[in-house]
Amino acid sequence: MRKTRVLLVAAATAALTLAACTTDEPTETAPEDEAPADEGEQEPEDSGDDAADDEGDDEPAESEDGEWFVRADYERQLAQRDIEPEGPADQPWLQAIEPEWVDTSEFAQEENRTLCFSNASVSNPWRVTGWITMQQQVDVFTDAGEIDDFQVSDAADDDNQQISDIQAFIDSGDCGALIISPSTTATLTPAVEAACDSGIPVIVFDRGVNTDCMVTFIHPIGGYAYGADGAEFLVENLEPGSSVLALRILPGVDVLEHRWAAAQEIFADSELEILGDEFTGGDGAQIKDLVTQYLQRGDVDGIWMDAGDGSVAAIEAFEDTGNDYPVMMGEDELSFMRKWEETGMTAIAPVYSNFQWRTPIEAAVKIWNGEEVPAEWVLPQEPITEENRGEFLERNADMPSLHYAKFGGEDLPGYPEAWQDR
Amino acid sequence: MTATDPGRAAATSTGTRLAGLAGRLFGGGGPTVFALLIVIFALIFVMNPSFAEPPSLMAFLKAAAPLVVLAVGQYFVIVCGELDLSVGSLVGAQVVIAAALIDGEESRTVPVLLVMLAFGALVGLVNGLITTLLKVHSLITTLGMMLVLYGAIRLWTGGSPKGALSEAFRTAGRGGIDMPVVRQLPWALIILVAVVVLAIVVMRSSYGRTLVATGDNDQAAMFAGVRVWQVRTSAFVLSSLMATLAGVLIGGFAGVTAQVGQGLEFTAITAVVLGGVVLGGGRGTVVAAMAGALTIQALFTLFNQMALPSTIRPAVQGVIIIAAVAYAARERAGPGAQDHAPAAPPDQNPDREPAAT
Repeated sequence: MRKTRVLLVAAATAALTLAACTTDEPTETAPEDEAPADEGEQEPEDSGDDAADDEGDDEPAESEDGEWFVRADYERQLAQRDIEPEGPADQPWLQAIEPEWVDTSEFAQEENRTLCFSNASVSNPWRVTGWITMQQQVDVFTDAGEIDDFQVSDAADDDNQQISDIQAFIDSGDCGALIISPSTTATLTPAVEAACDSGIPVIVFDRGVNTDCMVTFIHPIGGYAYGADGAEFLVENLEPGSSVLALRILPGVDVLEHRWAAAQEIFADSELEILGDEFTGGDGAQIKDLVTQYLQRGDVDGIWMDAGDGSVAAIEAFEDTGNDYPVMMGEDELSFMRKWEETGMTAIAPVYSNFQWRTPIEAAVKIWNGEEVPAEWVLPQEPITEENRGEFLERNADMPSLHYAKFGGEDLPGYPEAWQDR
Repeated sequence: MTATDPGRAAATSTGTRLAGLAGRLFGGGGPTVFALLIVIFALIFVMNPSFAEPPSLMAFLKAAAPLVVLAVGQYFVIVCGELDLSVGSLVGAQVVIAAALIDGEESRTVPVLLVMLAFGALVGLVNGLITTLLKVHSLITTLGMMLVLYGAIRLWTGGSPKGALSEAFRTAGRGGIDMPVVRQLPWALIILVAVVVLAIVVMRSSYGRTLVATGDNDQAAMFAGVRVWQVRTSAFVLSSLMATLAGVLIGGFAGVTAQVGQGLEFTAITAVVLGGVVLGGGRGTVVAAMAGALTIQALFTLFNQMALPSTIRPAVQGVIIIAAVAYAARERAGPGAQDHAPAAPPDQNPDREPAAT
């Protein structure tokens, strides 16, 4: 019995010391290495011996074309930020960056104007805001007689559910056009292809799929641009040698991984020290606890976040521990924007354009009318800065705190009640 | 409530001897969790001496308070032989309800707190009555309740909480009394101490003994004149009230997010089990359960101090928890290690398997 007990204690201490050794090593020898290290590759190394870690330290910090980093995409997105989009400036959801117009006359028809929409989910405030905007846009076209019926299915973030939702739409034969907001990229690709094969026009927006069979793929510039907007702001506004903490929601989601991959790329060329990157699940309590602990260990001069959820909790951690405000990357979520104005801190609000939820409806009607649409409809994606913050706050003064400033629905008839009573 | 002598069983090192002393001091319970707590804190202090400064400790306790409160509630349910999986969802629901009803108006704070208490008690009552009168296993009842609450809140808010908490509401979880040395004595700590004292008093009362007796052997308790269904239902009500209090603390601490409360039920159950409380009921002390909660929170802190990559943390956490619970189970199974432990041979100890999961 004594032997087993000793074994158990040994196992527990081994687990602790092993973890302690392996992580102490890289943090001491190369603090910057921790941040750019790819999570997926880092893990097996860490549980191995120290020798493997030492080798890892010598590798260049920016892993070329890692699992979530495609340099060509990264460079294209960064360049797209400076390109003047085509289309009306006061209707950004109709603008397109470098559009390649395609003819849709083969889909022009008046008979079946039933619009179908397979939604991945409404599981976060960003999607909820967009979903309301989309419904309001549909109402406009229904009143104008452009859309007869709007059928929706919600897959609640379940790939299998969405595959069968799409199949059900195809089988019903009701749909005159199908909009898909895929829940994940690879898994949904065959379902989207099946929808294309059925002959109805297919419109994909937000997250992408690995096919170009759809008539148009609508999305803002993308995750690399989003992550880079924040990272560049931190680099510009912090002294060399300052420390930055990265807070992330969860691993493995492409739009979020791209944001972090771009930030790593930019931080690697800077003099900033990355203290760590932590997954928080977007949970305010966890974020606040984490940031508080980092502040106990030393100074945190800047915060990079892959999404604005819980950014206020991070700011409060600085307030409650009596530290100066960090240079902050938030999002155009109103709770953050209001806190930003109230505190006057140095910050930027990158935007993952929420108004993109209007565009698929516009696209469907254009396709039915035989008008040209861009094959890849890249919408503008411009961060909110201190200069135009006041304007956006004023516009959204009566909106709830988890609303997104660039929702782009101010001209819709349901404004503002539809977004207030959610 | 049990006069045990755990120190004798495991006086293998100074750490465990200290822990045994702590165990005795705080009214019994396995020394494992106290040993683990001391070891983790020692490691944290070594890695980062500034953590030992009073303001840092206060911040730690402020963040730990909700989990400790939840662990107390979960202890009541587990020790009488049931489980409560609905507490995480209930915490989330209460915070979202509070934000929607208060909507930033200071004057509504107190009425809304009363509404939350009533709602919490109702949830506990429903959990308890379905489990005891309809004889649905509590795992299923509370799993169902967890989904019902989660779904109802999503239906009501459309996935995005509305409204805002008032400053007064947030004071409990965020504010404190400014004073020298500790910088700020958090209200959460004062509330926590009150909960600890209350919990110990409850467990030393005849009600507490009945609770443990019910978990140990409900047939025997019934023959002894205990109304088992009443005792168990009241445990569920206590658990839900504690979850409500935890909701007030978490909402105060961090404000409203759509994810608040997610996964807390399992953290709370882990905390209780880590404290040496046996799933299935009848054994373990409330103080050890609270120590379990502090240990988990300290473990999170230690991971942060070590800058352990997020991805490896759950694995390390799992190994430590299994090792600690298995160690404690061996100790319990040892001859005469605990006064009312059944003299089961170690290999057939029925507690080990469920405790490790």
